[in-house]
Amino acid sequence: MPKIPALARTVTAEELLEPGLDIAIKKRLADVALNAATAKGATYADVRIARYLNQYVMTREDKVQNIINTESFGVGVRVIANGCWGFAAMGETQSEDDVARTAEKAVAFAKAHSRLMKKPVQLAPQKGFGEVSWKTKVEKHSFEIPVKEKTDLLLAVNGAAMSNGADFVNSTLFMINEQKYFASTDGSYIDQDVHRIWPNFTVTAVDKSSGLMATRESLSAPMGRSYDYLQTNPTDKLTGVTTRYNQGYDMLEDATAAAKQARLKLKAKSVEPGKWDLILDPSHTYLTIHESVGHATELDRVLGYEANLAGTSFATFDKWKSKNFNYGSKEVNFFADKTQPGSLGDVGWDDEGVKTKKWDIIKDGILVNYQAIRDQVHMLGETESQGCCYADSWSTVQFQRMANISLAPGKERLTVDEMIKDVKKGIYIIGDGSYSIDQQRYNFQFGGQLFYEIKDGQIAGMLRDVAYQSNTQEFWNSCVKVCDERDYRMGGTFFDGKGQPAQINSVSHGSSTARFNGVNVLNTGRKI
Amino acid sequence: MSIISKEEAKKILEKALSYSKADEMSVSLGGGRTSNIRYALNSVSSGGESDNMSLLVTAGIGKRMGSATINEFNDKALERTVRRAEEIARLAPENPEYMPMIGPQTYLETPMYSENTAKMDSEFRAQVAFDSVDACEQKNLSAAGFMQDTTGFSAIANSKGLFGYNKATSVDFSVTVRTADATGSGYVTRDFNDISKLKTRSVTGIAMQKALASTNARALEPGKYTVILEPTAMGTLLQSMMSGMDTRLADEGRSFLSKKGGGTRLGEKLIDERVTIYSDPMNLEAPSEPFAGEGRNRTGSFLGGGGAVGDGRPQEKITWFENGVVKNMSYSRFWADKKGVKATPSPTGFIMAGGSQSLADLIKSTDKGILVTRLWYVRMVDPKTLLQTGLTRDGTFYIENGQIKFPIKNFRFNESAVIVLNNVEALGTPMRVGGNLIPPVKARDFTFTSLSDAV
Repeated sequence: MPKIPALARTVTAEELLEPGLDIAIKKRLADVALNAATAKGATYADVRIARYLNQYVMTREDKVQNIINTESFGVGVRVIANGCWGFAAMGETQSEDDVARTAEKAVAFAKAHSRLMKKPVQLAPQKGFGEVSWKTKVEKHSFEIPVKEKTDLLLAVNGAAMSNGADFVNSTLFMINEQKYFASTDGSYIDQDVHRIWPNFTVTAVDKSSGLMATRESLSAPMGRSYDYLQTNPTDKLTGVTTRYNQGYDMLEDATAAAKQARLKLKAKSVEPGKWDLILDPSHTYLTIHESVGHATELDRVLGYEANLAGTSFATFDKWKSKNFNYGSKEVNFFADKTQPGSLGDVGWDDEGVKTKKWDIIKDGILVNYQAIRDQVHMLGETESQGCCYADSWSTVQFQRMANISLAPGKERLTVDEMIKDVKKGIYIIGDGSYSIDQQRYNFQFGGQLFYEIKDGQIAGMLRDVAYQSNTQEFWNSCVKVCDERDYRMGGTFFDGKGQPAQINSVSHGSSTARFNGVNVLNTGRKI
Repeated sequence: MSIISKEEAKKILEKALSYSKADEMSVSLGGGRTSNIRYALNSVSSGGESDNMSLLVTAGIGKRMGSATINEFNDKALERTVRRAEEIARLAPENPEYMPMIGPQTYLETPMYSENTAKMDSEFRAQVAFDSVDACEQKNLSAAGFMQDTTGFSAIANSKGLFGYNKATSVDFSVTVRTADATGSGYVTRDFNDISKLKTRSVTGIAMQKALASTNARALEPGKYTVILEPTAMGTLLQSMMSGMDTRLADEGRSFLSKKGGGTRLGEKLIDERVTIYSDPMNLEAPSEPFAGEGRNRTGSFLGGGGAVGDGRPQEKITWFENGVVKNMSYSRFWADKKGVKATPSPTGFIMAGGSQSLADLIKSTDKGILVTRLWYVRMVDPKTLLQTGLTRDGTFYIENGQIKFPIKNFRFNESAVIVLNNVEALGTPMRVGGNLIPPVKARDFTFTSLSDAV
């Protein structure tokens, strides 16, 4: 269950709709911060004046467990002084004196720490954009929907699950609005209004006589959208062995299916361990992409800045420089894109004032680039940041965070049914489950929500106790086919953690259904 | 600094309560400072400080509850926050599991505060980082480390006369040391309430030694091996077990403590008889908080959101597993009331009793086995069996005839803490890890399922 975010205060639902600080005041405070920092010797400064609004609605069976509305407002100032980064932040203030003091504190931190610095920060040049703005396309603002409508929806979802075989169900709506004002000594004043939503549930079925338990989680994706994600058109649904969703999510329908499937999972055949061909649905693949490609190609990890916790990366500079490192098969093309509409990473500018864009990471199976920010891109021989800098609060310092990293659809026309028809012995995996990967992103293990056995091109019933283990390079080289763009869908994570102290990031990963040959599957059933 | 005395805290809380028009009201005040320094590639990469104090007001009206927070403490602001909590409560749906607030309690005075930690400054932190980096540079090694210290307090009160106050400090330090050619890596972590116990240079030396000793690792076949899990590794494996002691989940058939056919495994011998795990807020080496907390963590728990202080149940010494038998399980107040039993809160820290053998003694008594420094990316695969997967990291060695023979490549494991604690061969002397006391554990038949090339 989520907790009240650090440094946030609880508010009423109505207060979530109140306008934030007037933009003229924000600009004045920003100028105060930038001037105070440069007056104390900063050679660069940026300031974020930000308001974060969250609403979480949590239910269990026929009960509303909690409704949390929070607002967090504050100012974060980042500077370079003596060639070293410094950062300080202050919450709940509109005072020019407070903001100036915060900027001065950031400069003092930079100077104190500069004695431990080996090389001065080298910042890629960035032109100022003047006064600009960007906002998520919102058709139905989440906070304008009455709380009652949300609790009614979740209780109906729970009711549908319980009347279709669930023993327990938890359902949740996460809704987020980030109102961020960024200014820097480069001459940018950027105002952004970012929305995200994640409806989700977990259905549990228990068989007390056998001692077995099965869960089925929702097949929704967290999205860079608002409440309109909960409206569905027939074109948003992909029917088949189970219904999957694209631009709109039918929570009630999915919960009904989930309850029936959780009961079926209790009776499903336990998987025979060994080599299987895998057909992976985008609702599953996003997490494998996230862990084995997204994190592995973050330049700060490659360089060693995350060595103490998140780790480093196998995708080292020599592999990139060789221009022939086969990250995957020729079918495998990955791109980073911070402009994909509806994605969690979709913004106009990143948190250091760089215009967002799209770029290739892996092309025809070859590693061609990384994800890098302003103080890193010179190491790639580039002069412009890729625009993937982010901080999860005004109170935390921005650093390199994962862009949306997606697997490009196959170029040849291919449907999921056509793909399955060719498989002799396979498992079709839908939804994400347990996940783990080593600190250099070689060895991973993934579970899932639904596992269907494929025998001679036909779905032959459900399996349970399935997890697959592989090595990143071996796995992506076993990718033999990717369905075409008609099947392209996004998954994502709302709470990707990185850094010390830890920060979260929201990021999407798109793909079409893909086939991987001869992957090692293990049976996770145990007795205690 | 946002830390105030017991008397000052009581005054603010009583003032807030005096404005209440709700059926009942609880108030909690939390504050403090948290500071950190982070370094990588032998150079500082970031550092900062955050100060905060906030008040959380929770109003109960019938079976409805509403909360509001504030970080200013004049009379007007306090009254406004109390009104807001009451308004939110009136608008909230009824909670059929609402429990009336509890009356006055007696809390332990836990030894969690150290003046040495409270008076740390940024120069001191820079010196800590320097000591760690300097030791590594002298041996051509690369250090990536992090230290965070917190000084804070929490105070709770309610309209039924309950009042409690606690202040605490904590320091968490960790460093990963890598060889220049990136073929060796070592790790060490330490945490204390008192900074004077942290000897950065010598502690970093442990990670340096592991880094140097782990180059040219050889590959062993995956399979079942006797392992010696150092306290850091064992602590990671135990986390999900100790956070899964809830009775309701077990009654619902959703826990490793669920009994086949219904009910719980309370009173059953589940693990080896040499294993006893308890919690004790007064333990001098690893003290823990005197109030029951839902969602609190050890560091930073005083900061932000008014602090999720929980329902104010007092923490006391509780034995969870005694000689392998499930001795106690935790309850929410609602579930305890329904079952007519005492509402034992879940622990905020735990202590696994050990033996008198050192890690070196455990190695010496091992014919063939694997020494594991750290486990990484440990995730639950099956909550019913506590099967978890993850990997070894930063110092994995093969032991033969009582000696470390050579470093080995890292393994992925799929194993349950329950199975590990059934396969215990020997327990060493416990040490503090992540606020808990954990011994190094030697266990047979630990299941490694694949190899990893990660260093």
